[in-house]
Amino acid sequence: MTEARILPAAAQPRLMRWSVVLPALAAVACALVLPQFANAYVTEVATTALLYVVLCLGLNIVVGYAGLLDLGYAAFFAVGAYTSGILTAEFGLNFWLTIPVAMAAACVAGIIIGAPTLRLRSDYLAIVTLGFGEIVRIIARNLDITGGASGLIGIERPEIFGFKLMQVQHFYYAFLVLALLTAFVCLSVERSRMGRAWFYVRYDEDAAAGIGINRVSAKLQAYMMGAVIASVAGCLYAAKMTAISPESFTFNQSLLILLGVVLGGMGRIPGVVLGAILVALLPEVLRGAGTYRPLVTAVALLAIMLFRPNGLWPDKRV
Amino acid sequence: MALLEVRDLRLSFGGLKVLHDISFSVEKGAINSLIGPNGAGKTSLFNCLTGFYKPKGGSIRLGGRPITGLPPHRITALGLARTFQNIRLFKEMTVLENAMSGQHCRSRHGIVSAILHLPSQRREEENIRTTGMRWLDFVGIQQHAHRLAGGLSYGDQRRLELARALASTPELILLDEPAAGLNEREKLDLVHLIRRVRDETGVTVLLIEHDMGLVMQVSEKIVVFDYGQKIADGTPEAVRADPRVIEAYLGTED
Repeated sequence: MTEARILPAAAQPRLMRWSVVLPALAAVACALVLPQFANAYVTEVATTALLYVVLCLGLNIVVGYAGLLDLGYAAFFAVGAYTSGILTAEFGLNFWLTIPVAMAAACVAGIIIGAPTLRLRSDYLAIVTLGFGEIVRIIARNLDITGGASGLIGIERPEIFGFKLMQVQHFYYAFLVLALLTAFVCLSVERSRMGRAWFYVRYDEDAAAGIGINRVSAKLQAYMMGAVIASVAGCLYAAKMTAISPESFTFNQSLLILLGVVLGGMGRIPGVVLGAILVALLPEVLRGAGTYRPLVTAVALLAIMLFRPNGLWPDKRV
Repeated sequence: MALLEVRDLRLSFGGLKVLHDISFSVEKGAINSLIGPNGAGKTSLFNCLTGFYKPKGGSIRLGGRPITGLPPHRITALGLARTFQNIRLFKEMTVLENAMSGQHCRSRHGIVSAILHLPSQRREEENIRTTGMRWLDFVGIQQHAHRLAGGLSYGDQRRLELARALASTPELILLDEPAAGLNEREKLDLVHLIRRVRDETGVTVLLIEHDMGLVMQVSEKIVVFDYGQKIADGTPEAVRADPRVIEAYLGTED
């Protein structure tokens, strides 16, 4: 056997290419200065968009990387929000300390639902996850500690170095940091051994098993990582809202997140970010359509599915 | 001791008996073949050996360790790799990514070390990449490393499947009809490549093949199947002269 030769440029990680880095830097720069020019309404909408960016990036690990259809993703968002909300409002724990607890809770929830069901193939898994999403919401509705149907109120605002996050702008920047962190994490894992294993499993489960990949373990890890990201988003969401109720975590919420992933083009980060922003902006842009809004949304979605079936900014590989 | 030892292996689907008490062995460093008419149970046997089917009885040992009934990924990790009859590449991924996939069970870094970009994780990634490249070079398709696997010619796809299996550093490699769909020129190259696998890497080879010329040329021992039973086992000369083999392939005279 001969020694391996020097890899051509195309083999270098795509992260390092200027054609990708420059537009990404420009987007981040715009995001950084946005609140200086925008009014409170625009900043509020942008904050929601960033929340969806985080959630869609998290679900993309499950749906886009590992190819598992998850219809109950909002459940993990709820686990994070309620864990953080209960620990700060009822037990007076520092907000930042609730994040690792919420991550651990999401991991446990991910294992509980994932371990028995991830042997199932796509359609069955979709139904089970849908059921799981509803179970979590109904539990939150009926327990005392979660505040029942009226929800949890009086969640503490987080403090950082003595500075209390209060205004819309503060939370905008907090969500921006979280979104950038999530994108970095996703990018790192996408290009690693486990990220490739998810793609192998997504494209051909049997071949993946045949070359030595434990498919159930790979799927479970994708599921848990997605759950952890949603739970962190949930913590920050609870802190921003100071009040949460089961109605924030409905099946509709799961569908919206999934819509963001599919709309932009699942599998790759730029597409998913675009899809997430669209999901957050669409209701605002269509406010003028009044009662016709659902109709216009549906037509827009159908048009995208017909003309761009792989999403607006698809993964080249699909 | 033989590298692969199969004892009284039985497999059935419902009432249908697919394999009847199959016993044979493969010596370390050998190139052996499994032949038999269509439907004789050759691929079913491969699927038992690699853990895709659970046998009803009997035992399989690899290097003395029992592997009967283990899941496929465990068997691959223990040193048994395979290719598929109908090529099963990750067509949407690059040729190099396909070759790298074989390294999964020989590497260990997970999600957390990837997020932290640990130096040891970076080194392992680099290692997976260069090893993948080396196997692409071995089968002669390194120049296509960054193309999508689905865009390769048929012959090169077969080579890539072989590179992917070799990248898992197996002791024994099972090739399921590697010559199917190849022209005469490509078959010659394949014979050469199979010999190089054994001679240069020391990997033992067991193949299923329909092309008699190729089988006789490349194998040191041949196991013949018909209707889920082993009907002959020996050198190419002995098998060729065996009346039961002639009957299975040509039918009896009456």
